Amino acid sequence: MLQLENVNKYFFRYTQDEQWAVRNLNLRILEGQFVTVVGSNGAGKTTLLNLISGNYAPDSGKITINGEDVTNLPAYRRASYIGRVFQNTFQGTAPSLTIEENLALAYLKGKRKGFRPAINEEMRKFFQEKLADVGLGLEKRLRERVGLLSGGQRQALALVMATFGHPKILLLDEHTANLDPKTGEKIMELTNKLIYDSNLTALMVTHNLQDALKFGDRTLMMDEGEVVLDLAGEERKKMTIEELLERFSELRHKKFTEDRALLSS
Amino acid sequence: MFGILALGVFITFRCLDFPDLTVDGSYPLGAAVFAVMMYHGFGAGWGMVAAFLAGALAGAFTGFLHTFSRIPALLSGILTMTCLYSINLRIMGRPNISLSENLGHRTIFIILRDHFPGVPETYLRLAFLLVLILGIKLLLDFFLQTEIGLSIRATGNNPTLVESQGINPDSMKLIGVSVSNALVAFAGAMFAQHQGFVDVNMGIGMVVSGLASVIVGEVLMRGKTIFVMTLQVIAGSVVYRLATAVALNWGYNIGFKPYDLKLFTGLIVIIILSYPVLQEKLSRRVKVR
Repeated sequence: MLQLENVNKYFFRYTQDEQWAVRNLNLRILEGQFVTVVGSNGAGKTTLLNLISGNYAPDSGKITINGEDVTNLPAYRRASYIGRVFQNTFQGTAPSLTIEENLALAYLKGKRKGFRPAINEEMRKFFQEKLADVGLGLEKRLRERVGLLSGGQRQALALVMATFGHPKILLLDEHTANLDPKTGEKIMELTNKLIYDSNLTALMVTHNLQDALKFGDRTLMMDEGEVVLDLAGEERKKMTIEELLERFSELRHKKFTEDRALLSS
Repeated sequence: MFGILALGVFITFRCLDFPDLTVDGSYPLGAAVFAVMMYHGFGAGWGMVAAFLAGALAGAFTGFLHTFSRIPALLSGILTMTCLYSINLRIMGRPNISLSENLGHRTIFIILRDHFPGVPETYLRLAFLLVLILGIKLLLDFFLQTEIGLSIRATGNNPTLVESQGINPDSMKLIGVSVSNALVAFAGAMFAQHQGFVDVNMGIGMVVSGLASVIVGEVLMRGKTIFVMTLQVIAGSVVYRLATAVALNWGYNIGFKPYDLKLFTGLIVIIILSYPVLQEKLSRRVKVR
């Protein structure tokens, strides 16, 4: 279970450019929940993910994962709880390393590193099985460098890496945004499959309102650093994109401004 | 010898993406430590071990400046290098030290010569250095493919990813820069034995010539596996040394002097690094027409 209590995050605090990026945020995500997050640009979605992953430290508040206080742990110290896939398809993998080397990094996550060879035959077999599940033929290309793969293939690899070792929470940061629509769809289905197959807890930021309602079992809408709408259950099932946009303007007295969201809906 | 130096430079510049200028200081450091060990009656073996460790320490200091004090990589290296100039003089006690056999210093080459009496010394040195460099290459290949080695390479490639995989990129930088400078200092100790003396200024321009070897190697050979990459570096340093030797001999006839060497080295690196950009600019110009 992931819990955020009264979390605040400012950027450029005490300067003219001060931004209150996340405001008194309270959030509880139960084990096995697949939560989607939508919101206009600058709503604080990515900041929220960075706070959870430890790339940002909050200015106040508390973050716990399964009851353990991780508020002030640096990213690398809480990495074994977290799997993450980024929007930029080059960020989730190391392009100059081979596919198997990338997978080995994820496989060794949370373990002490020593002077043993990083990859052995047993691991290779395990990697091949995992990649075969994805169905892109990557299992035959273990020794190729990741930089040679297409964006979609890299993203699929990053997904597989992020789900190694059953993370307590999987963070997906618009991970299909930089792909063409068809590949994005494929990756989205793969994501869904991986999450349900291993019963992962996931938090997915997306600009695609349709995806936000279609996948997962709970949807958060953010605006100016706050969660303004928290949908689940029956209410969410009946929700349409039009209705969602309407609810937003009722609540915030303004239009939902996210060009990409409107175009893709 | 220069191959060992180049392998050290390769670790920081290529694996770690850390432009480390400590090299100009850690190279004479290795030589100085070696010379002083000899003067205190230790054998050549201990001298080389000490040089190796001293280099690692110098590298660790640069790594510390960068990761703890957040000083940019280039400046960290320059700071260590500058400090090392004084430290090297302190260690040596004077600007240069002779390791002549007449003074009773038995360097590794002297030991070898006495071991294989019939073999001409030039061949002996060459064979020994060849075995040494290949041994170091294979060890380094192994190291770069261990868990720690893989983490180091990943740190140079994508620090964000490394962090999200539970590795502290700062520790990896520290280890990488230390190993690199240990190799460089070891190369310094070898060179001191080869030429029979140590000079406090022997490190000037070493980063650039190491980098030149790495780059020349990449031009010579294609391939991205670790095995090929370290081989590139060694081949690059051999070709680079040959080229400078030829340039010195030939240049002498048309009025160049040995002290022009660093200028040429710099120019070679500049030309190779600028080549891709120039090529692109030229091809664009053609298209516009």
